[in-house]
Amino acid sequence: MPWQRETFKKIKQIPREEHVLPGTTLCAGCGGLEALRLAAKVLGDDVVYVNAAGCFTMLATYPFTPFKGSWLYTTMGSAPAGAQGVRDALDVLIAKGRLPKNENLKVVVLGGDGSTYDMALSSTSGAICRGLDFYYFCYDNEGYGNTGMQLSSATPYGARTTTSPCSLQHPTGTMQEKKDIFEIWRAHKPPYIATVSPRYPLDLEEKFARAATFAGPKLFLALSACPTGWLYDPSETPEVAKLAVETGLWPLKVAINGGVTHTYIPKRKPVEEYLKLQGRFRHLFEPTKQEAAIHHIQERVDAYWEQATAEKS
Amino acid sequence: MAGEMMTGNLAAAWGARLADVDYIPAFPITPQTEIVEALAKWCESGAMAARFVTMDSEHSMMTAAGAAEVTGARVFTATSSQGLLYAFEVLYSVSGWRAPLVLVNVSRALAAPITLEPDHNDVLAARDSGFLQIHAETCQEVLDSILMAYRIAEDERVMLPAIVNLDGFYLSFTREPVIMPDPERVKLFLPPFHPAHLGFTASAPHALGVAVLGGVPYTYFRHQMHLAAMNALEVHREAAAAFERLFGRRYDVIEGYRLDDAEDVLVMTNAFASKGKAAVDAARAQGRRVGLLRLRVIRPWPADAIRQALQGRRAVAILDQNLAPGQGGILFQEIAACLYHEALRPRALCSFIGGLGGKNLSEGEFRAIFEQTAQAGVQGKGIGPVLLYTEAEHREMVQLQVLAGALKS
Repeated sequence: MPWQRETFKKIKQIPREEHVLPGTTLCAGCGGLEALRLAAKVLGDDVVYVNAAGCFTMLATYPFTPFKGSWLYTTMGSAPAGAQGVRDALDVLIAKGRLPKNENLKVVVLGGDGSTYDMALSSTSGAICRGLDFYYFCYDNEGYGNTGMQLSSATPYGARTTTSPCSLQHPTGTMQEKKDIFEIWRAHKPPYIATVSPRYPLDLEEKFARAATFAGPKLFLALSACPTGWLYDPSETPEVAKLAVETGLWPLKVAINGGVTHTYIPKRKPVEEYLKLQGRFRHLFEPTKQEAAIHHIQERVDAYWEQATAEKS
Repeated sequence: MAGEMMTGNLAAAWGARLADVDYIPAFPITPQTEIVEALAKWCESGAMAARFVTMDSEHSMMTAAGAAEVTGARVFTATSSQGLLYAFEVLYSVSGWRAPLVLVNVSRALAAPITLEPDHNDVLAARDSGFLQIHAETCQEVLDSILMAYRIAEDERVMLPAIVNLDGFYLSFTREPVIMPDPERVKLFLPPFHPAHLGFTASAPHALGVAVLGGVPYTYFRHQMHLAAMNALEVHREAAAAFERLFGRRYDVIEGYRLDDAEDVLVMTNAFASKGKAAVDAARAQGRRVGLLRLRVIRPWPADAIRQALQGRRAVAILDQNLAPGQGGILFQEIAACLYHEALRPRALCSFIGGLGGKNLSEGEFRAIFEQTAQAGVQGKGIGPVLLYTEAEHREMVQLQVLAGALKS
C-alpha cells in the first residue's frame, strides 16, 4: 500500500507551538532531542514520559524539566513496565470514577538504543505482547552515548566506539552488524511501528499523527545523529541525518498491522558520503582506505533495498 | 478454635483483598505463587475490584507496581528470594518515589546452591532499600500486618513502601486458623487511598524520579526518607492501638514472650520464633529463667523498644536465620549496635546462626543455645557466631559427599 501524507503536506502545517522547551543540558546538535521536539508537536502536553536511563535522563534535572507534561524516571531495563503501571493505574482510576476522563494522559516511553536494543528488550517484549496502549520512542544514536559512546547492539559494523576500538586485530572497529530491532518488534505483531528522522519532519509528524488512530503499542525508532559520539561538528547534524537516509542506511518506513511500507525511497548515494563525515568511521579511510569494509557496508544496504523493492512489486 | 483454616499464602492474599487494592502486577515464584493465583482468581470473578497483570519479570513487576502507585492506585504485589533480588534495583527507585505500596516477600534462601526452603538473606538484603519491613510469625499476623502496612505506609508522615515477610513453606504452606477481619471495620481502619501529592494528570503535571546534580539535593532527599522511616515508629504505635480497638488483636514493633523475669533472652524473627517459644517453655520447665524477644518490625529499627526489652538481662542470644559470609549474623550486629550505649546492657551477647535453607532447629540445639548463653552471661563474655549444625546432620552430609565422589569415578 503506497504511503501518502494526509495531515502534513507542507512545512507550514507543523505546529509552531513548542512542547519541549529549550535550555536543557543535552549536547548541542543532539539529533535525538530534535526528533523528540518534533514528535511532541503531535503528542502535545497531555503526556507522561516514562524515561529509561540514557542521555534523555538529563532532560529532567531537579528542579527543571523542559516539558509541560509529566515525567517519571524508571530504570534502564524497565521503562515499558513503568508505562504499564501508569497506563493501568490511569485506566483503573478513570473506570472507578476517581479520575475524570479529561485528566487522561498518553503514556510515552523514552529509551536510547542501549535500553531499547539491549537491556529493556524483555520488558518491551512483555509490554507489546500484553497489547499495552502506549508510545515507545527510541532515540537511537548507535551506542551507549550518555557514558561516552560504548558498543551497543545498535552500533553498526565499521563504527569505532570506546569499547570497540579499531586495532590490528579488528581494523574495522565494530565487527558485529546492527541488531534489527524493527523486525524484532514486528515479530510481536504490534499495530504500528515507524522509523523516523528529524531531518524529514513532515514524514515524522505524519507518522506520529497516524499512530494516534491505533490502540495498542505504537513504536518509533528515531535515528539520532550524535556529534559527541559520532565525532563530527554539531552544526553538521542535519547533513549527517540527511545522508543516513539518502544513502539508504536508515530506511524510513512504517509497519501497520505487520505490513511494511517504505515512506521514502532514496536515490541511494554511496555510503562513503555518509561515513566520511564522521570521526567514528575515519579509520575506514585513514591511514589506508579499507575498501573491503566500505564495500561490505554498501553491499548490505544494496541487498536491503533490493529485497525491499522486490517485496513491493 | 475460631477462624478459617488457611495457609500463610492465602492469608496474604486475603490481606490484599481486604485492603481493597486497585492493582496487582504479578510474577510467579515458589513459594509465593499461591498468593498471586488466589488474587488472579478473585480479580477474574469480580470478588476484587482490582486489575491483575502478569508481568515479564520481577524487575518489570516492581517497576509497574511503583509506577501505578505514584499514579494514584493502591498496589499490592508479592515475590520471593531470587525474585526479590531480580527486582532489587527497583526497590530503591520505588522507595525514592515515595510510593507506599505493599510487597509480600515469602522468604526463601538464595542461590547458589539453589534451594526452596526459607532463611532471611533475601529479605534482609533489602533492609537498606527504604522499604519498611514487618516480619510475621503466624498466618493471622500475615493478614493483619498487611492491613497495618498499608495504613502506616500511606500515612502522610511516612509515604514509603513496605514489605511484609513470611517464611516460605513453614508459614506459606502451613494451614492455621485465621479470623477474618470484618470488611466494614477494615474500611474504618484503612480509609480509601487519596494521596494528596501523587498522581499524573493533565491538569497537574508532575515530574518524579528526576536526576539531581551533586550531593546536596541527593542528601536532602535521602535524609527525608530516613526521617519518614523513623516517623513510622510513631505511626505504627497509633496503627497498633487502632487495630486493637477494632479487631481485638495487638501487634507491637517487638513481641516479648515470658520476658518478665527472664535472666537470659533469645532473640528471633518470623515463623521459627514459634519453635523458640516452645523451647523457652521447655527450658522454663527445667528451671531456666529464659524468655524470647521476637523482632517484628525490622525497618524502621525499633532501637528504643529493643533496648528496653533487653536492658538488665544477664545474657542475650541472637539467633540469625541468615549468614553474612565473612561477618556472621545480620541482626546480631544491629542488636549489638543499639545496646552499646545502654548503661544496663547485658553482660554477654551471643550470636547463633541457624535454620539456613530451612534447616530444622532441634530441641537439643535450643537447649545448647540456652546453656551456652547462660554460661556466657556468668563469665561476662559473649560467643559466636556459632553455626548450628549437628553431628547427625554432618553425617548425612558426608554420606552425600561419598555418593557424589562415587558417582564421579
